[in-house]
Amino acid sequence: MSTIKIKINNSEKSNIRNPIYKMAGLSTRHLLGIKDLNRQDIELIFETADNFKTVLNRPIKKVPSLRDVTIANIFFENSTRTRLSFELAEKRLSADVVNFAASSSSVSKGETLIDTVNNILAMKVDMVVMRHPYAGAGIFLSKHVKAQIVNAGDGAHEHPTQALLDAFSIREKYGDVAGKKVVIVGDILHSRVALSNILCLKHLGAEVMVCGPTTLIPKYIGSLGVQVEHNLVKALNWCDVANMLRIQLERQDIKYFPSLREYTMLYGLNKQILDSLDKEITVMHPGPINRGVEITSDVADSKQSIILDQVENGVAIRMAVLYLLAGQTPA
Amino acid sequence: MQNLTLLDGQKFQITIQRLCRQLIENHNDFSGSVLIGIQPRGIYLAKRVAEELRKILPESKIEQGDLDITFYRDDFRRRESQLVPNQTKIDFIIEGKKVIMMDDVLWTGRTIRAAMDAMIDFGRPEKVELLALVDRRYSRHIPVAPDYVGIEVDSIASQKVVVSWKETDGEDRILLVSEK
Repeated sequence: MSTIKIKINNSEKSNIRNPIYKMAGLSTRHLLGIKDLNRQDIELIFETADNFKTVLNRPIKKVPSLRDVTIANIFFENSTRTRLSFELAEKRLSADVVNFAASSSSVSKGETLIDTVNNILAMKVDMVVMRHPYAGAGIFLSKHVKAQIVNAGDGAHEHPTQALLDAFSIREKYGDVAGKKVVIVGDILHSRVALSNILCLKHLGAEVMVCGPTTLIPKYIGSLGVQVEHNLVKALNWCDVANMLRIQLERQDIKYFPSLREYTMLYGLNKQILDSLDKEITVMHPGPINRGVEITSDVADSKQSIILDQVENGVAIRMAVLYLLAGQTPA
Repeated sequence: MQNLTLLDGQKFQITIQRLCRQLIENHNDFSGSVLIGIQPRGIYLAKRVAEELRKILPESKIEQGDLDITFYRDDFRRRESQLVPNQTKIDFIIEGKKVIMMDDVLWTGRTIRAAMDAMIDFGRPEKVELLALVDRRYSRHIPVAPDYVGIEVDSIASQKVVVSWKETDGEDRILLVSEK
């Protein structure tokens, strides 16, 4: 993509007095992680997502903003929700979309990441949405290719759009994220959702606690300004929102706990525990759910659960991110 | 900066009232008509006109909404500053209605082009009309013509027309601003 500055003529410049044209934009050219965003960025994404949410509730759920943008969704790791959600967001913005799954590509023939992406970019692609099993893959790519990169999950590092949609869903439920108490339960060690969520919620002024077996909580987690609790009931009694994470068996190279059954007994959320709490907490889950492991079906489907609202908000958040990033680069 | 007041005070109010009477001529009791103000500044005009119409026609239900056109603009990715959207609030059905679109200043006509696209996504109106408080004549980039005009102004591209409203800016005034 070219970086040529477009000369604005007088007739256009004078529009700038309007509040709509305030000089607000994201402070970053790529969305690689929540770490690169500041509070203003997150609030700008939320405000933009509010508007896209109204678009998504109309009979015609599409706007023409990105009609001259081509986006490649490059997934080196399996995904249902994130890939569909990104693809839908791109289509709702009228972008041209190409999909790429590593399993059915030349990657298995030994092509490197940069070569794969550069070949895709040679076909005039403006943005790349990438999921990759290795932490830092997005950052690496952003340094070597010209396109704007959106990280759709890199190993156990970050999953920024998931964190944004989680915080957006809390904001939607409670009006504000600041001051809310959020507990993240489960496999914190292997979770990119946990790290991005912690960073995002802390930016927005929420109190964050992590809860899980000692082996699945990284030693240094306290340095992020979060509390650690190993007792699920205590954690739930403290919080307003519980974000239940999946046990990432595919990332666990050794045994971190004796058995799934034991994990469920100690850290699984069921209706009995939920009803025993003094207050009504909100239950979240980034998906995919392992019903009967970290959360039982009756809790996942209860009215306290906002799991499907999270999925709905995901499209609006991703539209906002793509829109704001695309707006930075001249056509 | 040199400012020239084009309209203010009572004359401003008379112009608004005249526009309302013209609307009533064509739309009778507004049973099949709706008002839509274009964000960000056209909404104040639409709100004011709706308020005046409610005074003149207390029996009628005057429906008025705000339409944001940010996602439909033709200069996205062609300007240096980011385009940040405003709220769209249309809580009525426009399908089969007569829609009166309103903006404070009609200039190049590009906003109206975007607004028509944005509005059509809510349904198919029976008819669309355009009301502009200020028409900057002879400066259109697109063939758009208003049906109702508050005042016509001859201006050059480097000038600005700024409309302020009692409700938000403290006074009703149309100002022609020339940058020296």
